[in-house]
Amino acid sequence: MPIEIKMPALSPTMEEGKLAKWLVKEGDSVSAGDILAEVETDKATMEFEAVDEGTVARITVEEGTEHVLVGTTIAVIAGEDEDPEEAKSLEISEPAPQSPEPQKAEEKAADAAAPVEAEPSPEPVARSESEERIIASPLARRLAKEKGIDLATVSGSGPHGRIVKADIDSAKHGPEKADAAKSAGKAPDAAAPKIEIAQDTKALLDERVPHTVEKLSGMRKTIARRLAQSMQQAPHIYLTVDIQLDKLLALRSEINASLEPQGIKVSVNDMLIKALARALIDVPECNVTFAGDELIRYSRADISVAVSIPNGLITPIVSDASGRTVSSIAAAMKDLGQRAKEGKLQPDEYQGGTASISNMGMMGIKQFTAVINPPQSTILAIGAGEKRPWVMPDGDLSVATVMTATGSFDHRAVDGADGARLMAAFRNYVEAPLGMVV
Amino acid sequence: MSDQYDVIVLGSGPGGYVAAIRCAQLGLKTAIVERERLGGICLNWGCIPTKALLRSAEVFHYMQHAKDYGLAAKEIEADLDAVVKRSRGVADKLNQGVTHLMKKNKIAVHMGEGTLKSPTSIEVQGEKGAETISARHVIVATGARARDLPFAKADGERVWTYRHAMVPKEMPEKLLVIGSGAIGIEFASFYNDMGADVTVVEMLDRIVPVEDADVSAFLEKSLKKQGISIMSGAGVEALDVGKNHVKAKIKGKDGKVEETEFSHVIVAIGIQANTENLGLEELGVELEKGFIQIDDYGRTGVDGLWAIGDCTPGPWLAHKASHEGVTAAESIARELGNSEVHPHALDRRNIPGCTYCHPQVASVGLTEARAKEEGYELKVGTFPFMGNGKAIALGEAEGFIKTVFDARTGELLGAHMIGAEVTELIQGYVVGKTLETTEAELMNTIFPHPTLSEMMHESVLSAYGKVIHM
Repeated sequence: MPIEIKMPALSPTMEEGKLAKWLVKEGDSVSAGDILAEVETDKATMEFEAVDEGTVARITVEEGTEHVLVGTTIAVIAGEDEDPEEAKSLEISEPAPQSPEPQKAEEKAADAAAPVEAEPSPEPVARSESEERIIASPLARRLAKEKGIDLATVSGSGPHGRIVKADIDSAKHGPEKADAAKSAGKAPDAAAPKIEIAQDTKALLDERVPHTVEKLSGMRKTIARRLAQSMQQAPHIYLTVDIQLDKLLALRSEINASLEPQGIKVSVNDMLIKALARALIDVPECNVTFAGDELIRYSRADISVAVSIPNGLITPIVSDASGRTVSSIAAAMKDLGQRAKEGKLQPDEYQGGTASISNMGMMGIKQFTAVINPPQSTILAIGAGEKRPWVMPDGDLSVATVMTATGSFDHRAVDGADGARLMAAFRNYVEAPLGMVV
Repeated sequence: MSDQYDVIVLGSGPGGYVAAIRCAQLGLKTAIVERERLGGICLNWGCIPTKALLRSAEVFHYMQHAKDYGLAAKEIEADLDAVVKRSRGVADKLNQGVTHLMKKNKIAVHMGEGTLKSPTSIEVQGEKGAETISARHVIVATGARARDLPFAKADGERVWTYRHAMVPKEMPEKLLVIGSGAIGIEFASFYNDMGADVTVVEMLDRIVPVEDADVSAFLEKSLKKQGISIMSGAGVEALDVGKNHVKAKIKGKDGKVEETEFSHVIVAIGIQANTENLGLEELGVELEKGFIQIDDYGRTGVDGLWAIGDCTPGPWLAHKASHEGVTAAESIARELGNSEVHPHALDRRNIPGCTYCHPQVASVGLTEARAKEEGYELKVGTFPFMGNGKAIALGEAEGFIKTVFDARTGELLGAHMIGAEVTELIQGYVVGKTLETTEAELMNTIFPHPTLSEMMHESVLSAYGKVIHM
């Protein structure tokens, strides 16, 4: 029997992906472990390996195809002693067989509309996404299901942002193929000259200003959706402290000197990750998720670290950062940061975390406020360490290296006093850094 | 000179006065220009007074059939003057209603003939002389009128348009109705009920040609049964208008031309936009067959100048004009900086159409034939009035409801109804279509019993082989 190669679920919550690149072509022989293709999910590009041996008889999904549903057959491989030509003609099974029974189809449409709900996941991130109700017309839901379009990635043009048929039609065709979207079901609109631009974009466009229009990447859509959700749903409070860094810098020099033989270099940020994690253990009220009627308290501090990557941002996680040594954190961050920039992180390496840290000090930002990374309740925004006039404990004015840190807290879950205690604990660890390494 | 108004609406029909009210609600300083009577054709000479006439005809019909209901009514007769008087009374009442609405919304009413002097200024020639008013935006809502036959102008004596037919001086004995659209069929139905001998001539191969073919066929049979002569695929070649009669040369389906004498003729062959002498051409407004070309929001392409309703491409229906009026008003408010409003572009597939003959006709969306032409695979359901308890109790067991679905997606593409009160039923499907319902939601909806609306449910069930009462 020829083997149908299906779109893999590369993470527990993955439902569809972009077939970014084929690394084999028809006629190639492959063996187990060979990389067949690169698959792009909303945040990362992953390699997809062959598990069987054989000859690639047919590639059924071209590279560059977006929204390929998990389970869709993307290629057919002929086994060792099979004729690839024969395998080529293998009838391909559909990922979700269409039911002629309308009631049943309806139920399925409902499943598609709230995919994550149907699949409980231990990932807090996934859980928060499932809480977003997607408003879409019954017809739009059914069409999206049929075309394999994730409604969460479609922006609605109906009343109150409701997703309607026209939105699915334009999502289906994408901007580059929008000519075909002038389907029978649409009112003639011959007067519109720039047909390839989506209706929503058109409404915002000022033709007088020179411009280009580009399609959003999956990552950009995810960032947009999650940050908008955070600002809309979580009332943010911001607590700012100035923190003296001299002792931490001195300790870092000592640590780096002692670790030099092992080739490990600890950054200030690695130490701040550790300090935040320790502070969260000390003030567990900030290490929580607001879950509507309930509150989730985490007893371990997994720190999501914002890393800027080309065209976006990703938050690899340093798990159990309070229990780890700073050298271990440094090693982990070096690896995660590197792979994040290459787009090679596994989903479980960036989905989750119990609190976040974002450091813009290296860009000379003195102070900023960050948007909470849902469903977490705490994010720390770190400004640049700089020499400032500083009043010493004895009352003398001196010069010290100081940074400004601002915590953003989900005020539904975290009271101001708890946030203040977290900021104080964080400052204490940074200003008396021996406390966090011993 | 600063503009006197934010918006001037030219014409006060159901497009214009609704646009003006919406503008005023949105805080825009609004004026309306009307040359005749507030409310336009709809209120004064169209939808409303005809419904009053048809109601009289309906009551008359029931009285004549009183026996069917176990009742006795003797010496029944129709007093045409009184019927017309009632109709005019209804029109007057609504006209006053619009006057009141203008006042309530603080809309300045300028009575007189308006001409555009620029895209945003209008010269109004009123009884007391001319004045020029200006605004930041102008909405043209001048409507339309009946189209004349090329060879015989309607004179109001023997040859009538709907406008003459609305206020007849005498009861026609033998009436020829040319054209079988909604207007032609409604007057044919009215005068037939009132006792005239009516003939309808339709150029196309069936009456009410915009409706589904099954509806046309059913209506033809029903009207014939009521005594109306129907000639489809036929054309009137000439009218010889005399003092007391009109001789019509009618070319039948078979190509033979016969001359027949009638006492009166109603010309209902379509409408013509009131777009002449407004100054539109001079401003560079694009006209096609006299209709102002607009985008989905009513923009004419000339800055500040908008158009809605019957002076723009069809369908030429009051409720389409009102919808466009609201859309244009909200679009103008948005252009003037109100970001709270979200104008809704007209979706031509969701505009219902109603014809108030007996039996009534109502529809929305694609006919079965049109849906097939567009390449849809269909699921089609029909349910007869005969199978509905309420219809039988009413003594109105004539008619059916037909629904057309896209077999692939379950989208409701069209609904076509003929029978008692279907003009009141159609909105259920229109709401469904606007919400983008599929067959599943309609099937899962509980329809009240006993009502005619149950047939709407059964028709959907029938499309999917689940009909109960058949």
